[in-house]
Amino acid sequence: MKTINLTLKIWRQAGPDAQGSFQTFESGPISIAMSFLEMLDVLNERLINSGDEPVAFDHDCREGICGMCGSVVNGEPHGPEKQTTLCQLHMRYFKDGDTIVIEPFRAKAFKLLKDLVIDRSAFDTLITEGGYVSVNTGAAPDANSIPVPAPKAEQALDAAECIGCGACVAACPNASAMLFVGAKISHLALLPQGNLERAKRALGMVKKMDELGFGNCGNERLCEEACPKGISIRNIARLNREYMRATFCSDE
Amino acid sequence: MHLNPQIPSGPLNEKWERCRFEAKLVNPANKRKFDIIVVGAGLAGASASATLGELGYNVKTFYIQDSPRRGHSIAAQGGINAAKNYPNDDTIKGGDFRAREANVYRLAQISNSIIDQCVAQGVPFAREYGGLLANRSFGGAQVSRTFYARGQTGQQLLLGAYGALMRQVKTGKVILYPRTEMLDLVVINGQARGIVTRNLITGAIESHAAHAVVLATGGYGNVYYLSTNAMASNVTATWRAYKKGACFANPCFVQIHPTCIPVHGTYQSKLTLMSESLRNDGRVWVPKKAGDQRPPVEIPEDERDYYLEKKYPSFGNLVPRDVASRNAKEQCDLGKGAGETGLAVYLDFADAITRDGEDVIQKKYGNLFHMYEKITGQDPVKEPMMIYPAVHYTMGGLWVDYHLMSNIPGLYVLGEANFSDHGANRLGASALMQGLADGYFVLPATICDHLATADFQDLDIGHAAFREAETAATDRINKLLSINGKRTPDDFHRELGLLMWDYCGMARNEAGLTKALTRIPEIREEFWHNLRVPGGDGDLNQTLERAGRIADFLEFAELMVIDALDRKESCGCHFREESQTEENEAQRDDENYTHVSVWQYGGEGKKPIFHRESLVFENVQPSQRSYK
Ligand SMILES: Cc1cc2nc3c(=O)[nH]c(=O)nc-3n(C[C@H](O)[C@H](O)[C@H](O)COP(=O)(O)OP(=O)(O)OC[C@H]3O[C@@H](n4cnc5c(N)ncnc54)[C@H](O)[C@@H]3O)c2cc1C
Ligand code: FES
Repeated sequence: MKTINLTLKIWRQAGPDAQGSFQTFESGPISIAMSFLEMLDVLNERLINSGDEPVAFDHDCREGICGMCGSVVNGEPHGPEKQTTLCQLHMRYFKDGDTIVIEPFRAKAFKLLKDLVIDRSAFDTLITEGGYVSVNTGAAPDANSIPVPAPKAEQALDAAECIGCGACVAACPNASAMLFVGAKISHLALLPQGNLERAKRALGMVKKMDELGFGNCGNERLCEEACPKGISIRNIARLNREYMRATFCSDE
Repeated sequence: MHLNPQIPSGPLNEKWERCRFEAKLVNPANKRKFDIIVVGAGLAGASASATLGELGYNVKTFYIQDSPRRGHSIAAQGGINAAKNYPNDDTIKGGDFRAREANVYRLAQISNSIIDQCVAQGVPFAREYGGLLANRSFGGAQVSRTFYARGQTGQQLLLGAYGALMRQVKTGKVILYPRTEMLDLVVINGQARGIVTRNLITGAIESHAAHAVVLATGGYGNVYYLSTNAMASNVTATWRAYKKGACFANPCFVQIHPTCIPVHGTYQSKLTLMSESLRNDGRVWVPKKAGDQRPPVEIPEDERDYYLEKKYPSFGNLVPRDVASRNAKEQCDLGKGAGETGLAVYLDFADAITRDGEDVIQKKYGNLFHMYEKITGQDPVKEPMMIYPAVHYTMGGLWVDYHLMSNIPGLYVLGEANFSDHGANRLGASALMQGLADGYFVLPATICDHLATADFQDLDIGHAAFREAETAATDRINKLLSINGKRTPDDFHRELGLLMWDYCGMARNEAGLTKALTRIPEIREEFWHNLRVPGGDGDLNQTLERAGRIADFLEFAELMVIDALDRKESCGCHFREESQTEENEAQRDDENYTHVSVWQYGGEGKKPIFHRESLVFENVQPSQRSYK
């Protein structure tokens, strides 16, 4: 298998309050069949063997679905390949001799914990403000009693595919969470099951978004560009509509 | 020790009703007096936490990832089975008569309510054009009864449960503990009364007390190092509970999934599953001639061996996973494997594309094709996929009774972490169902029986048992950090994984298992003398986390091998080469092995103690499986 050699400039920071800086490593030979994270594994094994602390980074499924991984690679969240999480990016997309700069997702609402690891719990807090349907276990009607037109179900799923990785926030100059919130609002507003609470949900989530320090949407569309799941900014338009509708027409 | 499975008497279809009817109840106003710890926030843990919170209990939920939306369950691709109008005895057969009949029946009974529940939460399942739910056939089931949301059913189900959970977080009934790992179970007066945890960010060791502890910590497939499981999946929580007295059942039952992307290098960190829904339209083949190196598209039709279709005319490419996996191994062992390593078979969509058109096939499998292409750089529309079996799911787990309670009163085990429903094999799409059945419906209906009847001593984390467990956890961490040897945790893990794959994998025999049984303690010995973990214990230290989990795998692996040695029959996924039919199919030995093998910790350096739970089949008579 073909191998390449790279120069890696990686953000190192010992803790939330520590001073951080870039550290440079020579990668040694890297097989082009490796994933990006496997390349970091190889580096880390070497660091451990020489008694150094390995680079901390988040990951779990390594299949592009859990949303745990993510760093800014050469200025782009999750790296250069479109609609691809960092764990699914493979080294065949790089050339021998390339320099790769790796930094954490940065945003006011995401505290840095160590090296490339950040705290995204603000996303969970947003969901607590109504990102669900209020139905108790066991109280559900027969699943087929409310038909859902297939195209609507598909559109809802397009939005529900969001993996909550935070790339949209990292890509946005204002560190806005509008794409994340818009995706959840859309997913539920498009389905009859989510309909009843749509006003409350829109008002609650938008308010919380502001409180948590996420910025506003500046229509740059960088979030859509960065999203590994291809979530469309039409969801932001829908969020705005839902919010307007809730502000003017609901009793909430 | 007497293990009472507590299966209610009466006809099969009335057992669950009777169990709920006979359970002692906790008065709604009293529920707030009970604290329940849930470890795990995959499907089982999230659904249980949400439902217990709704009922009014005080719930604390612990998990390793930063958010409960990320548990390993999120990666399930294919779908979830429900028994809407179908008889379910193929599920019992599917477990190859090593599962409890009553549990399997209950699972099918509850499955319809699960689909209803998920739809009400806004899970966007696929729909027919008339607006009703669509379904497809999947993994060893001959009828279409699998509900799905594209190739990401697990994600959508988990996000549904996550929503329900976050709703309870908002009400204050559930408190979340992200990035927190359970290191020990605390048992006081014979009851499970709490856990000791490590905060993975600060390193703090903490105690938590409760009236009951629920483990929903997933499977142990990562004992093989390479598997389709998420990187953090581990055996730690269940293993520590085992060492505190909880029995482990059928640890050697491991499902090897037939359709995964083949291994391509030693640096490889995990294996990626290609959903077996692909087998609905893909045809599996290898070259007829051993050593045929031609690219697949250049191999003419009459020089291809569609071995599954030939050997199993009625099931064809849809034979159960264990059969598909073993046959792939057999073909590769014959030298007919594909690709650079020879450890792969083809899964070909050319005929399906000719028949239905590329659009239709893309619509069904587009995202899987895309994922395959990302990883391998090859387009399955242009050339057949290459696949090979990989470790995927563990049917074994902590022993539980019909209430999902282990032999330690107050310790409940849900989802993949228990052994309860799948026997020696698991049908595709029934793990999601089991996780959700356990969490949404079974546990909430049974846990009250214990809470209402047990005698609870007033205690808090000041109790000496918590101090002891904290000290033990701290000592162990200090030990791991102080060895200062030469090998990394992953290096040991790889070695263990390879050993297990070779000798306790798809096919097992006495000689190999015996060899593994001498090797494992040697690796373990070296681990504790030659491990290197840089950094300290006072902050995020991912090497330390991994070292702790691998230390447990190194102990647990031995129990797996002991169990595999003890079960001299072949059944389901457990293929003992000594026990096969003339046609090389698994040969069960019902006379001697119609039981659950249950192992109890015998103490440091001592053999585990064997117990047997006999299985009784009242409704379906055991027969040899045949997929011909
Ligand atoms: C790639 C893939 C595809 C699959 N596809 C399907 C499918 O199509 N249909 C199907 O039915 N099944 C499928 N399965 C199987 C199914 O996904 C799993 O069996 C199921 O999701 C397990 O759920 P769980 O809740 O029991 O555990 P998990 O989802 O594994 O959750 C475990 C939880 O426990 C936590 N945890 C673990 N250890 C500790 C500890 N020591 N301390 C604190 N927390 C801990 C973790 O953080 C996590 O939250 C698939 C599995 C894989 C790997
Ligand atoms: S590790 Fe799960 S999305 Fe990358």
